[in-house]
Amino acid sequence: MTALSVTVERGRLLAVTGANGSGKTSLLRMLCGLLPAEQGRILWDGEDVRACRERYLASLIYIGHLNSLKDDLTPVENVTISARLAGEEISEGKTCEALEAVGLVRAIHRLPTRILSQGQKRRVSLARLWVSPRLLWVLDEPFAALDAAATGLLMQQLRAHLNNGGIVIAATHQEIDVGADRLDQLRLAG
Amino acid sequence: MNQLGMFAALREIIRRDLLLAMRRRSDVLTTVLFFLLVASLFPLGVGPEPAVLRTIAPGVLWVAALLSCLLSLGRLFTADYVDGVLEQMLLIPQPLSVLVIGKVTAHWLISGLPVVLLSPLLGLQFGLSGEALGVLTLSLLLGTPTLSFIGAIGAALTLGVRGSSVLIALLVLPLFIPVLIFGAGAVSSSASGIGAGAHLALLGAGLLLALVLAPWATATSLRIALE
Repeated sequence: MTALSVTVERGRLLAVTGANGSGKTSLLRMLCGLLPAEQGRILWDGEDVRACRERYLASLIYIGHLNSLKDDLTPVENVTISARLAGEEISEGKTCEALEAVGLVRAIHRLPTRILSQGQKRRVSLARLWVSPRLLWVLDEPFAALDAAATGLLMQQLRAHLNNGGIVIAATHQEIDVGADRLDQLRLAG
Repeated sequence: MNQLGMFAALREIIRRDLLLAMRRRSDVLTTVLFFLLVASLFPLGVGPEPAVLRTIAPGVLWVAALLSCLLSLGRLFTADYVDGVLEQMLLIPQPLSVLVIGKVTAHWLISGLPVVLLSPLLGLQFGLSGEALGVLTLSLLLGTPTLSFIGAIGAALTLGVRGSSVLIALLVLPLFIPVLIFGAGAVSSSASGIGAGAHLALLGAGLLLALVLAPWATATSLRIALE
Protein backbone atom coordinates (compact mmCIF):
# COMPACT_ATOMS: atom_id res chain seq x y z
CA MET A 1 0.00 0.00 0.00
CA THR A 2 1.72 3.17 -1.17
CA ALA A 3 0.86 6.81 -1.87
CA LEU A 4 -2.19 6.72 0.35
CA SER A 5 -3.32 9.91 2.01
CA VAL A 6 -6.82 10.36 3.32
CA THR A 7 -8.51 12.59 5.88
CA VAL A 8 -11.82 11.77 7.50
CA GLU A 9 -13.67 14.55 9.25
CA ARG A 10 -16.30 14.43 11.97
CA GLY A 11 -19.75 13.55 10.74
CA ARG A 12 -18.45 11.70 7.70
CA LEU A 13 -18.22 8.06 6.66
CA LEU A 14 -15.31 6.73 4.65
CA ALA A 15 -16.30 3.66 2.67
CA VAL A 16 -13.23 1.60 1.79
CA THR A 17 -13.92 -0.54 -1.25
CA GLY A 18 -11.88 -2.75 -3.53
CA ALA A 19 -11.53 -6.27 -4.80
CA ASN A 20 -10.80 -9.20 -2.51
CA GLY A 21 -7.19 -9.01 -1.38
CA SER A 22 -6.84 -5.33 -2.24
CA GLY A 23 -5.91 -4.52 1.37
CA LYS A 24 -9.15 -3.22 2.90
CA THR A 25 -8.79 -5.24 6.09
CA SER A 26 -5.06 -4.51 6.29
CA LEU A 27 -5.77 -0.79 6.05
CA LEU A 28 -8.36 -0.95 8.83
CA ARG A 29 -6.02 -3.00 11.03
CA MET A 30 -3.28 -0.43 10.43
CA LEU A 31 -5.66 2.35 11.43
CA CYS A 32 -6.36 0.53 14.69
CA GLY A 33 -2.70 -0.18 15.38
CA LEU A 34 -3.12 -3.93 14.98
CA LEU A 35 -0.76 -3.94 12.01
CA PRO A 36 2.29 -1.67 11.93
CA ALA A 37 2.73 0.55 8.89
CA GLU A 38 6.26 0.33 7.48
CA GLN A 39 6.21 4.00 6.52
CA GLY A 40 3.99 7.00 7.00
CA ARG A 41 1.90 8.27 9.87
CA ILE A 42 -1.61 7.93 11.14
CA LEU A 43 -2.84 11.09 12.83
CA TRP A 44 -5.72 11.46 15.26
CA ASP A 45 -6.81 15.02 15.91
CA GLY A 46 -3.49 16.17 14.42
CA GLU A 47 -1.35 13.95 16.67
CA ASP A 48 0.48 10.74 15.74
CA VAL A 49 -1.54 7.84 17.13
CA ARG A 50 1.63 6.28 18.52
CA ALA A 51 2.11 9.36 20.67
CA CYS A 52 -1.48 9.48 21.92
CA ARG A 53 -2.19 5.74 21.91
CA GLU A 54 -4.32 5.66 25.05
CA ARG A 55 -6.47 8.64 24.03
CA TYR A 56 -6.82 7.26 20.49
CA LEU A 57 -7.87 3.79 21.63
CA ALA A 58 -10.35 5.34 24.06
CA SER A 59 -12.02 7.00 21.06
CA LEU A 60 -12.03 3.91 18.85
CA ILE A 61 -14.25 0.90 18.41
CA TYR A 62 -13.26 -1.79 15.92
CA ILE A 63 -15.49 -4.56 14.70
CA GLY A 64 -13.55 -6.90 12.48
CA HIS A 65 -14.32 -9.98 10.40
CA LEU A 66 -14.54 -12.08 13.54
CA ASN A 67 -17.41 -11.41 15.91
CA SER A 68 -15.17 -11.49 19.00
CA LEU A 69 -17.77 -13.37 21.02
CA LYS A 70 -17.34 -16.17 23.54
CA ASP A 71 -19.67 -19.04 22.67
CA ASP A 72 -20.01 -20.05 26.32
CA LEU A 73 -21.24 -16.63 27.42
CA THR A 74 -24.70 -15.19 26.79
CA PRO A 75 -25.19 -12.24 24.42
CA VAL A 76 -25.74 -9.98 27.46
CA GLU A 77 -22.51 -11.16 29.09
CA ASN A 78 -20.55 -10.84 25.84
CA VAL A 79 -21.57 -7.24 25.20
CA THR A 80 -21.38 -6.15 28.85
CA ILE A 81 -17.96 -7.69 29.48
CA SER A 82 -16.41 -6.37 26.27
CA ALA A 83 -17.71 -2.86 27.03
CA ARG A 84 -16.45 -2.98 30.62
CA LEU A 85 -13.07 -4.28 29.47
CA ALA A 86 -12.90 -1.31 27.14
CA GLY A 87 -13.41 0.91 30.17
CA GLU A 88 -17.08 1.76 29.77
CA GLU A 89 -19.55 1.82 32.65
CA ILE A 90 -22.51 -0.23 31.50
CA SER A 91 -25.38 -2.01 33.18
CA GLU A 92 -26.93 -5.25 31.92
CA GLY A 93 -30.18 -3.33 31.44
CA LYS A 94 -28.51 -1.01 28.96
CA THR A 95 -27.01 -4.02 27.18
CA CYS A 96 -30.47 -5.59 26.87
CA GLU A 97 -31.77 -2.38 25.33
CA ALA A 98 -28.91 -2.43 22.81
CA LEU A 99 -29.59 -6.05 21.93
CA GLU A 100 -33.24 -5.22 21.38
CA ALA A 101 -32.21 -2.30 19.21
CA VAL A 102 -30.35 -4.68 16.90
CA GLY A 103 -33.44 -6.85 16.67
CA LEU A 104 -32.62 -9.58 19.18
CA VAL A 105 -35.64 -10.45 21.29
CA ARG A 106 -35.25 -10.77 25.06
CA ALA A 107 -35.84 -14.55 24.94
CA ILE A 108 -32.37 -15.12 23.51
CA HIS A 109 -30.46 -12.58 25.60
CA ARG A 110 -29.64 -15.17 28.28
CA LEU A 111 -28.96 -18.15 26.02
CA PRO A 112 -25.43 -19.35 25.22
CA THR A 113 -24.15 -17.48 22.18
CA ARG A 114 -23.09 -20.78 20.60
CA ILE A 115 -26.69 -21.65 19.72
CA LEU A 116 -27.29 -18.43 17.78
CA SER A 117 -27.17 -18.25 13.99
CA GLN A 118 -24.32 -16.43 12.21
CA GLY A 119 -26.59 -13.45 11.55
CA GLN A 120 -27.64 -13.27 15.19
CA LYS A 121 -24.02 -13.48 16.33
CA ARG A 122 -23.17 -10.60 14.01
CA ARG A 123 -26.01 -8.60 15.56
CA VAL A 124 -24.64 -9.29 19.06
CA SER A 125 -21.22 -8.13 17.91
CA LEU A 126 -22.68 -4.97 16.39
CA ALA A 127 -24.69 -4.23 19.55
CA ARG A 128 -21.47 -2.76 20.93
CA LEU A 129 -22.11 0.21 18.62
CA TRP A 130 -25.34 0.90 20.46
CA VAL A 131 -23.69 0.97 23.91
CA SER A 132 -20.43 2.67 23.03
CA PRO A 133 -20.12 6.45 23.09
CA ARG A 134 -16.90 6.30 21.08
CA LEU A 135 -16.24 8.76 18.31
CA LEU A 136 -14.49 6.61 15.70
CA TRP A 137 -16.06 3.39 14.44
CA VAL A 138 -13.85 1.17 12.29
CA LEU A 139 -15.97 -1.56 10.77
CA ASP A 140 -14.82 -4.45 8.59
CA GLU A 141 -17.66 -5.80 6.45
CA PRO A 142 -20.27 -4.80 9.03
CA PHE A 143 -23.17 -6.01 6.88
CA ALA A 144 -21.81 -9.55 6.43
CA ALA A 145 -24.38 -12.22 7.43
CA LEU A 146 -27.05 -9.60 8.19
CA ASP A 147 -30.56 -9.82 6.76
CA ALA A 148 -32.41 -6.84 5.28
CA ALA A 149 -33.98 -5.85 8.60
CA ALA A 150 -30.68 -5.85 10.47
CA THR A 151 -28.98 -4.01 7.62
CA GLY A 152 -31.65 -1.31 7.88
CA LEU A 153 -31.13 -1.00 11.65
CA LEU A 154 -27.39 -0.68 11.21
CA MET A 155 -27.80 1.98 8.51
CA GLN A 156 -30.03 3.94 10.91
CA GLN A 157 -27.43 3.68 13.66
CA LEU A 158 -24.65 4.79 11.30
CA ARG A 159 -26.69 7.83 10.27
CA ALA A 160 -27.42 8.68 13.92
CA HIS A 161 -23.73 8.40 14.76
CA LEU A 162 -22.74 10.68 11.88
CA ASN A 163 -25.45 13.17 12.83
CA ASN A 164 -23.91 13.28 16.32
CA GLY A 165 -20.55 14.18 14.82
CA GLY A 166 -19.11 10.66 14.87
CA ILE A 167 -16.70 9.21 12.31
CA VAL A 168 -17.11 5.87 10.55
CA ILE A 169 -14.55 4.04 8.45
CA ALA A 170 -16.04 0.91 6.92
CA ALA A 171 -14.67 -1.67 4.52
CA THR A 172 -17.59 -3.00 2.56
CA HIS A 173 -18.82 -4.40 -0.72
CA GLN A 174 -22.27 -3.00 -0.03
CA GLU A 175 -23.69 0.39 -0.87
CA ILE A 176 -23.97 2.49 2.27
CA ASP A 177 -26.94 4.80 2.34
CA VAL A 178 -26.01 7.62 4.70
CA GLY A 179 -26.50 10.45 2.22
CA ALA A 180 -24.03 11.59 -0.43
CA ASP A 181 -23.10 14.69 1.60
CA ARG A 182 -21.74 12.49 4.40
CA LEU A 183 -20.02 9.82 2.32
CA ASP A 184 -16.41 9.65 1.14
CA GLN A 185 -15.11 6.78 -0.96
CA LEU A 186 -11.68 5.20 -1.01
CA ARG A 187 -11.22 2.56 -3.67
CA LEU A 188 -8.14 0.40 -3.26
CA ALA A 189 -6.56 -1.00 -6.39
CA GLY A 190 -6.27 -4.80 -6.33
CA MET B 1 -2.26 6.23 32.79
CA ASN B 2 -5.69 5.73 34.35
CA GLN B 3 -4.94 3.43 37.30
CA LEU B 4 -8.61 3.03 38.18
CA GLY B 5 -9.27 1.87 34.63
CA MET B 6 -6.34 -0.53 34.83
CA PHE B 7 -7.66 -2.19 38.00
CA ALA B 8 -11.17 -2.32 36.55
CA ALA B 9 -9.87 -4.02 33.40
CA LEU B 10 -7.77 -6.42 35.51
CA ARG B 11 -10.78 -7.33 37.67
CA GLU B 12 -13.01 -7.74 34.62
CA ILE B 13 -10.62 -10.04 32.76
CA ILE B 14 -10.20 -12.25 35.84
CA ARG B 15 -13.97 -12.33 36.38
CA ARG B 16 -14.56 -13.17 32.71
CA ASP B 17 -12.03 -16.02 32.63
CA LEU B 18 -13.39 -17.50 35.87
CA LEU B 19 -16.92 -17.30 34.45
CA LEU B 20 -15.77 -19.07 31.29
CA ALA B 21 -14.03 -21.73 33.38
CA MET B 22 -17.25 -22.34 35.31
CA ARG B 23 -19.05 -22.81 31.98
CA ARG B 24 -16.39 -25.29 30.84
CA ARG B 25 -15.85 -27.27 34.01
CA SER B 26 -14.39 -30.25 32.16
CA ASP B 27 -11.28 -28.21 31.28
CA VAL B 28 -10.71 -27.37 34.94
CA LEU B 29 -11.40 -30.91 36.11
CA THR B 30 -8.97 -32.38 33.55
CA THR B 31 -6.07 -30.49 35.09
CA VAL B 32 -6.99 -31.34 38.68
CA LEU B 33 -7.71 -34.98 37.90
CA PHE B 34 -4.40 -35.28 36.06
CA PHE B 35 -2.56 -34.00 39.14
CA LEU B 36 -4.51 -36.34 41.41
CA LEU B 37 -3.95 -39.39 39.20
CA VAL B 38 -0.23 -38.87 38.57
CA ALA B 39 0.48 -38.21 42.26
CA SER B 40 -1.67 -41.14 43.36
CA LEU B 41 -0.24 -43.68 40.92
CA PHE B 42 3.32 -43.36 42.20
CA PRO B 43 2.70 -44.88 45.67
CA LEU B 44 0.91 -47.76 43.96
CA GLY B 45 3.77 -48.33 41.55
CA VAL B 46 6.70 -47.84 43.91
CA GLY B 47 5.25 -49.85 46.77
CA PRO B 48 4.27 -49.16 50.38
CA GLU B 49 7.78 -48.66 51.83
CA PRO B 50 7.34 -45.42 53.91
CA ALA B 51 10.99 -44.32 53.71
CA VAL B 52 11.03 -44.59 49.90
CA LEU B 53 7.72 -42.74 49.59
CA ARG B 54 8.91 -39.91 51.85
CA THR B 55 12.07 -39.59 49.78
CA ILE B 56 10.36 -39.40 46.40
CA ALA B 57 7.34 -37.36 47.56
CA PRO B 58 8.70 -33.84 46.93
CA GLY B 59 9.88 -34.65 43.42
CA VAL B 60 6.78 -36.60 42.44
CA LEU B 61 4.32 -34.00 43.73
CA TRP B 62 6.22 -31.12 42.17
CA VAL B 63 6.57 -32.87 38.79
CA ALA B 64 2.84 -33.70 38.85
CA ALA B 65 2.03 -30.04 39.60
CA LEU B 66 4.37 -28.87 36.84
CA LEU B 67 2.88 -31.23 34.25
CA SER B 68 -0.70 -30.34 35.17
CA CYS B 69 0.20 -26.67 34.68
CA LEU B 70 1.73 -27.51 31.30
CA LEU B 71 -1.43 -29.39 30.35
CA SER B 72 -3.59 -26.28 30.74
CA LEU B 73 -1.21 -23.76 29.17
CA GLY B 74 -2.30 -24.48 25.60
CA ARG B 75 -5.74 -23.05 26.38
CA LEU B 76 -4.46 -19.80 27.88
CA PHE B 77 -4.74 -17.64 24.75
CA THR B 78 -5.86 -20.01 21.97
CA ALA B 79 -9.63 -19.61 22.34
CA ASP B 80 -9.38 -15.81 22.54
CA TYR B 81 -7.12 -15.84 19.48
CA VAL B 82 -9.47 -17.99 17.41
CA ASP B 83 -12.67 -16.05 18.17
CA GLY B 84 -11.10 -12.59 17.80
CA VAL B 85 -11.40 -11.55 21.45
CA LEU B 86 -7.62 -11.28 21.77
CA GLU B 87 -7.59 -8.76 18.93
CA GLN B 88 -10.11 -6.66 20.87
CA MET B 89 -7.92 -6.88 23.97
CA LEU B 90 -5.11 -5.19 22.05
CA LEU B 91 -7.46 -2.26 21.46
CA ILE B 92 -8.30 -1.69 25.11
CA PRO B 93 -6.83 1.62 26.25
CA GLN B 94 -4.84 -0.11 29.00
CA PRO B 95 -1.40 -1.73 28.82
CA LEU B 96 -1.65 -5.23 27.37
CA SER B 97 0.63 -6.48 30.14
CA VAL B 98 -2.11 -5.65 32.68
CA LEU B 99 -4.52 -7.87 30.79
CA VAL B 100 -1.87 -10.59 30.63
CA ILE B 101 -1.52 -10.40 34.42
CA GLY B 102 -5.30 -10.80 34.66
CA LYS B 103 -5.36 -13.80 32.37
CA VAL B 104 -2.42 -15.48 34.14
CA THR B 105 -4.02 -14.83 37.53
CA ALA B 106 -7.25 -16.44 36.34
CA HIS B 107 -5.24 -19.36 34.92
CA TRP B 108 -3.54 -19.86 38.27
CA LEU B 109 -6.83 -19.64 40.18
CA ILE B 110 -8.31 -22.28 37.87
CA SER B 111 -5.39 -24.70 37.51
CA GLY B 112 -2.78 -23.79 40.14
CA LEU B 113 -4.78 -23.07 43.28
CA PRO B 114 -6.65 -26.43 43.24
CA VAL B 115 -3.26 -28.16 43.01
CA VAL B 116 -1.98 -26.17 46.00
CA LEU B 117 -5.09 -26.98 48.03
CA LEU B 118 -4.97 -30.70 47.18
CA SER B 119 -1.25 -31.11 47.78
CA PRO B 120 -1.41 -31.65 51.60
CA LEU B 121 -3.94 -34.43 51.06
CA LEU B 122 -1.73 -36.10 48.47
CA GLY B 123 1.32 -35.54 50.65
CA LEU B 124 -0.32 -37.71 53.31
CA GLN B 125 -0.25 -40.65 50.84
CA PHE B 126 3.53 -40.36 50.86
CA GLY B 127 3.76 -40.20 54.65
CA LEU B 128 5.07 -36.62 54.80
CA SER B 129 5.25 -35.03 58.25
CA GLY B 130 3.04 -32.09 59.21
CA GLU B 131 5.91 -29.64 58.80
CA ALA B 132 6.87 -31.04 55.39
CA LEU B 133 3.22 -30.79 54.28
CA GLY B 134 3.21 -27.13 55.27
CA VAL B 135 6.42 -26.46 53.34
CA LEU B 136 5.05 -28.38 50.33
CA THR B 137 1.93 -26.23 50.30
CA LEU B 138 3.90 -23.02 50.73
CA SER B 139 6.39 -23.97 48.02
CA LEU B 140 3.55 -24.73 45.59
CA LEU B 141 1.83 -21.49 46.57
CA LEU B 142 4.97 -19.59 45.56
CA GLY B 143 5.99 -21.81 42.65
CA THR B 144 2.78 -22.49 40.72
CA PRO B 145 2.08 -18.80 39.91
CA THR B 146 5.65 -18.59 38.61
CA LEU B 147 4.95 -21.59 36.38
CA SER B 148 1.81 -19.87 35.06
CA PHE B 149 3.69 -16.63 34.31
CA ILE B 150 6.57 -18.42 32.56
CA GLY B 151 4.14 -20.69 30.72
CA ALA B 152 2.22 -17.67 29.43
CA ILE B 153 5.31 -16.56 27.50
CA GLY B 154 5.49 -19.95 25.79
CA ALA B 155 1.74 -19.95 25.11
CA ALA B 156 1.96 -16.50 23.51
CA LEU B 157 5.05 -17.35 21.45
CA THR B 158 3.40 -20.43 19.97
CA LEU B 159 0.00 -18.84 19.33
CA GLY B 160 -1.40 -19.90 15.98
CA VAL B 161 1.42 -22.36 15.37
CA ARG B 162 0.53 -25.92 14.42
CA GLY B 163 1.54 -28.43 17.09
CA SER B 164 1.86 -25.64 19.61
CA SER B 165 1.40 -27.87 22.67
CA VAL B 166 4.66 -29.70 21.98
CA LEU B 167 6.41 -26.41 21.24
CA ILE B 168 5.20 -24.88 24.51
CA ALA B 169 6.66 -27.83 26.41
CA LEU B 170 10.01 -27.49 24.61
CA LEU B 171 10.11 -23.75 25.28
CA VAL B 172 9.04 -23.59 28.88
CA LEU B 173 10.26 -26.83 30.44
CA PRO B 174 13.88 -25.60 30.65
CA LEU B 175 12.60 -22.46 32.38
CA PHE B 176 10.50 -24.55 34.77
CA ILE B 177 13.53 -26.48 35.99
CA PRO B 178 14.78 -23.93 38.58
CA VAL B 179 11.27 -23.70 40.04
CA LEU B 180 11.10 -27.49 40.21
CA ILE B 181 14.52 -27.76 41.85
CA PHE B 182 13.85 -25.12 44.51
CA GLY B 183 10.27 -26.28 45.11
CA ALA B 184 11.11 -29.94 45.58
CA GLY B 185 14.31 -28.93 47.39
CA ALA B 186 12.35 -26.93 49.94
CA VAL B 187 10.29 -29.97 50.92
CA SER B 188 13.32 -32.29 50.97
CA SER B 189 15.30 -29.84 53.10
CA SER B 190 12.43 -29.49 55.54
CA ALA B 191 12.03 -33.27 55.78
CA SER B 192 15.75 -33.71 56.49
CA GLY B 193 15.71 -30.97 59.13
CA ILE B 194 17.89 -28.44 57.29
CA GLY B 195 15.14 -25.87 56.96
CA ALA B 196 13.40 -24.64 53.83
CA GLY B 197 13.95 -20.90 54.26
CA ALA B 198 16.54 -20.46 51.53
CA HIS B 199 14.59 -22.46 48.96
CA LEU B 200 11.36 -20.63 49.72
CA ALA B 201 13.13 -17.27 49.51
CA LEU B 202 14.44 -18.20 46.07
CA LEU B 203 10.96 -19.30 44.98
CA GLY B 204 9.61 -15.94 46.19
CA ALA B 205 12.33 -14.09 44.30
CA GLY B 206 11.52 -16.12 41.19
CA LEU B 207 7.85 -15.20 41.51
CA LEU B 208 8.66 -11.49 41.79
CA LEU B 209 10.97 -11.69 38.79
CA ALA B 210 8.32 -13.53 36.76
CA LEU B 211 5.67 -11.00 37.83
CA VAL B 212 7.81 -8.15 36.50
CA LEU B 213 9.22 -9.67 33.31
CA ALA B 214 6.74 -12.28 32.09
CA PRO B 215 3.72 -9.98 31.45
CA TRP B 216 5.88 -7.69 29.33
CA ALA B 217 7.42 -10.59 27.38
CA THR B 218 4.01 -12.22 26.93
CA ALA B 219 2.40 -8.96 25.74
CA THR B 220 5.19 -8.46 23.19
CA SER B 221 4.77 -12.03 21.94
CA LEU B 222 1.01 -11.58 21.61
CA ARG B 223 1.45 -8.43 19.54
CA ILE B 224 3.84 -10.26 17.20
CA ALA B 225 1.45 -13.23 16.93
CA LEU B 226 -1.43 -10.97 15.92
CA GLU B 227 0.41 -8.94 13.29
